[in-house]
Amino acid sequence: MEIIGKSVIRKDALEKVTGTARYTNDYMFKGSLHAKIVVSPYAHARIQAIDVQAAIAIPGVHAVVTGEHLPLTGEGVRDRRPLAFEKVRYHGEAVVLVVAETPALAEHAASSVHIQYEPLPVVHSPSAAIEPDSPLVHEHMHIYKHDETVYPEPGTNVANRVKIRKGNIEEGWQKSELIVEETFSLSPSDHAAMETRSAAAEILPNGLVKIITSSQAPFMVKKLISEYFEIEAGKVIVETPLVGGGYGGKAAVQLELLAYLASKAVGGRLVKILNTREEDMLTSPAHVGLDAKIKLGCSKEGLLQAADILYLFDSGAYADKGTDLSKAAAADCTGPYRLEHIFCDSLCVYTNHPYASPFRGFSHSELLFAFERTMDILAKKAGIDPLEFREKNAILPGDTTPTQVRLTSSSVGNLPECIRRLKQLIKWEEGQRTVHENGLITAKGISCVWKTSTIETNAGSGVILTFNPDGSVNLMSGVIELGTGTKTVLAQILAEKLQMRLERIHVRMEVDTQTTPEHWKTVASRGTFMAGRAVLEAAEDVINQLKKIASCIFRASEEDIEIKDEKVFLRDEPETSLAFKEIVYGYKYPNGNAIGGQIIGRGNYILRGMTYLDKETGAGRPGPEWTVAAEGVEVEYNPRTYRYRIVKAVSVIDIGTVLNEKMARGQVMGAMSMGLSFAGRETFWFDSNGRILNPQLRKYRPLRYGEHPEYVVDFVHTPQLDAAYGARGVGEHGLLGMPASLGNSLTVAAETELNQLPLIPELIWRMKEGNADDSV
Amino acid sequence: MLKDERYRITIKLKVNGEEKMVDIRTADTLLYVLREKLGLTGAKPGCLNGDCGACTVGINQRPMKSCLMLAAETEEKEIVTIEGLKSSPMQKAFIEHFAFQCGYCTSGFIMNAHLLSKRHPSGSDDIIKEWLASNICRCTGYKEIEDAVKSVLHFSERE
Repeated sequence: MEIIGKSVIRKDALEKVTGTARYTNDYMFKGSLHAKIVVSPYAHARIQAIDVQAAIAIPGVHAVVTGEHLPLTGEGVRDRRPLAFEKVRYHGEAVVLVVAETPALAEHAASSVHIQYEPLPVVHSPSAAIEPDSPLVHEHMHIYKHDETVYPEPGTNVANRVKIRKGNIEEGWQKSELIVEETFSLSPSDHAAMETRSAAAEILPNGLVKIITSSQAPFMVKKLISEYFEIEAGKVIVETPLVGGGYGGKAAVQLELLAYLASKAVGGRLVKILNTREEDMLTSPAHVGLDAKIKLGCSKEGLLQAADILYLFDSGAYADKGTDLSKAAAADCTGPYRLEHIFCDSLCVYTNHPYASPFRGFSHSELLFAFERTMDILAKKAGIDPLEFREKNAILPGDTTPTQVRLTSSSVGNLPECIRRLKQLIKWEEGQRTVHENGLITAKGISCVWKTSTIETNAGSGVILTFNPDGSVNLMSGVIELGTGTKTVLAQILAEKLQMRLERIHVRMEVDTQTTPEHWKTVASRGTFMAGRAVLEAAEDVINQLKKIASCIFRASEEDIEIKDEKVFLRDEPETSLAFKEIVYGYKYPNGNAIGGQIIGRGNYILRGMTYLDKETGAGRPGPEWTVAAEGVEVEYNPRTYRYRIVKAVSVIDIGTVLNEKMARGQVMGAMSMGLSFAGRETFWFDSNGRILNPQLRKYRPLRYGEHPEYVVDFVHTPQLDAAYGARGVGEHGLLGMPASLGNSLTVAAETELNQLPLIPELIWRMKEGNADDSV
Repeated sequence: MLKDERYRITIKLKVNGEEKMVDIRTADTLLYVLREKLGLTGAKPGCLNGDCGACTVGINQRPMKSCLMLAAETEEKEIVTIEGLKSSPMQKAFIEHFAFQCGYCTSGFIMNAHLLSKRHPSGSDDIIKEWLASNICRCTGYKEIEDAVKSVLHFSERE
């Protein structure tokens, strides 16, 4: 292969280093108005009165919108008005929308809106939310419409319950000579993409709704706006240019609804809305939290026998993608191990926290923190080395997943090989814990991860190829370019298939739902898989058309015709050839006759063989394959100050095939960095009233330059047979094992069980000094 | 008259070597004026608070967060934005080392790193860290940025 695997320069490189790359808010529209949100200062309160008179009276203010007549929205459950009505359910919730001439005026007007609240008791955690006497976040759950594979429990705070019943749990406990039971918790946090969310909307006189938005899911924006506001789908056009980071946070549909409502309130005029950083963290959906309880048993030889798991996902004030997060966590509720007896309830629970959207890894780094910490604790109890313990129980082709899918080497890859490489790369043999002369302690922790996707069973992707008069190709796909470089990889796949130079393939970076073929959502590490298959099919389509015309001109069978370097030629007589440019817009004979016509290639892919999970047992096939990995972290811990430095982080991932070496490594390192940042320091700090204390990047502090560890990335190559060139999805996997590995390494370093995130020195101090129950 | 209209002035800015007369509100930040009045959207809003560095530009050859400066303060000063850099070694290094993914923080990082390379052509690890810790990149693990910056700062020659 000539282009597959090469670290070709990204197609968007030059724009991005010259400042000419344009993101949603970089599009300037003459005469546009600006919207500003008034947010709730309370986590849970009844709205008693809203006084907008002073705001409306300000010259230059065009409209003030409130929630009263708005429809209920939401993906899993229709439980959320775009603007709160009657009560607010989280700190930062949008209550009023103001539209004005300039951003400054809109802000001034927003501060002139007066809202009277009556505070209500706050639900602070999913564990508290499922207590029988907990206040209800939603009193009228029974009237909400919901997806038929979502199971809300009215009268409680449970928005969804997914059950896994595999094997016979009693039999599992009988075979378990060693059992541990542990609890874990982590609070909601944020994606903190550098580009805050923004959108603009206008409604044309013919009813056409045009939206430009910073989104991972423009096709979902189109679908939902059409459904929520009863607009013909063809009249909603959503455009998405380059996106400045998403990590799942921009897969939720939220700000677009406000942009649409703002435009509607001013007679369809163009209105822009841009989140401030504070709004992006408080008002737009967040990274889910989790309380977990895991009971795990193994035989005295160290073979896993049974797992009883309770996952309480903190979906916050609304369900939205929280219902799917709880489902995804159920589908992969254990680590990647052979386990015959599993009993798991994975719940999506309402609290008075910001509501959840997907976060890179879609519930997996969170559940794996809990599960992989439990693995270490059980290994310790069994007196087995934690790496050996994982190797012994590693899932293999022929084993079944929690949802009872029997795996093959195509659908799962080679976990034992990942573990073996990790062992070498992290120098496991040299010892897990070392006390140095200066008093510092170095320690290593490891974890194993897996993930499949749980996206819609009929999710698909389409690709269109057109030609330019010079014979070069235009590639159009609905995948969003949000940093992963997927569109460059798609061009590589196409160049390989058409045997032409990559420079001659032009990729359209922007997506618009009217002219770009649909890609379901740019999520779940499925961009390259689904769109890659669609590219191959579109290329095949183009090849067939080229050959068909050439066979006429050459008076030869299509079987005898080959394609390479933008030429169509006879296999045994390569000098009999035609350049693409001579035929892609029809071939003209010397006398003027023409045949053929414009060549347009089409290709699509739809997931094959996916099924819904059974309501009672969870049995079913959620995704096409499981990418597996073994990961580790080495820390240098100071027992005097409880502070630590992350020295090294290792990921060994079974990637199948590497399509672009440097970009693949970049994806993995970036994911590792995000995972370490999340595990080590990122969380929303809530006060006793449920208000977020740190909605700014100086108090919510992601990893910065110089705080990064040494990254070690290695790949195992077990091809996924139904993927383009065998490549597996890999956008999330570097992140998945970082929280657990960091937790395991610090537990070893500090010699105290650390079962909460984030792993800040204060937590270690509390656990060591026995102040665990002091609330912050 | 809008309330907004009362505090307006016209100032002369020197941006990327060109002089521009701009009508602004006295409260407008440099970032706002660059983007909304001059169409220079390379500098990005990320926090409007000086925390993230996505809006970094050069003011008299020093990196400044344009969200923290009033436009009115920058009269008589030399302003350079990412649009003013043409084929600089730092831009090339960022491409070659894959030192960006989504690209949103890139203008700010490049401006900061470019000015660092001018001021400290052989800056130490500590100096690089001191300068670049003021910007946030959420996509890369910073390793690629480290490699790109060090390739320009002649690190390889010294080691």
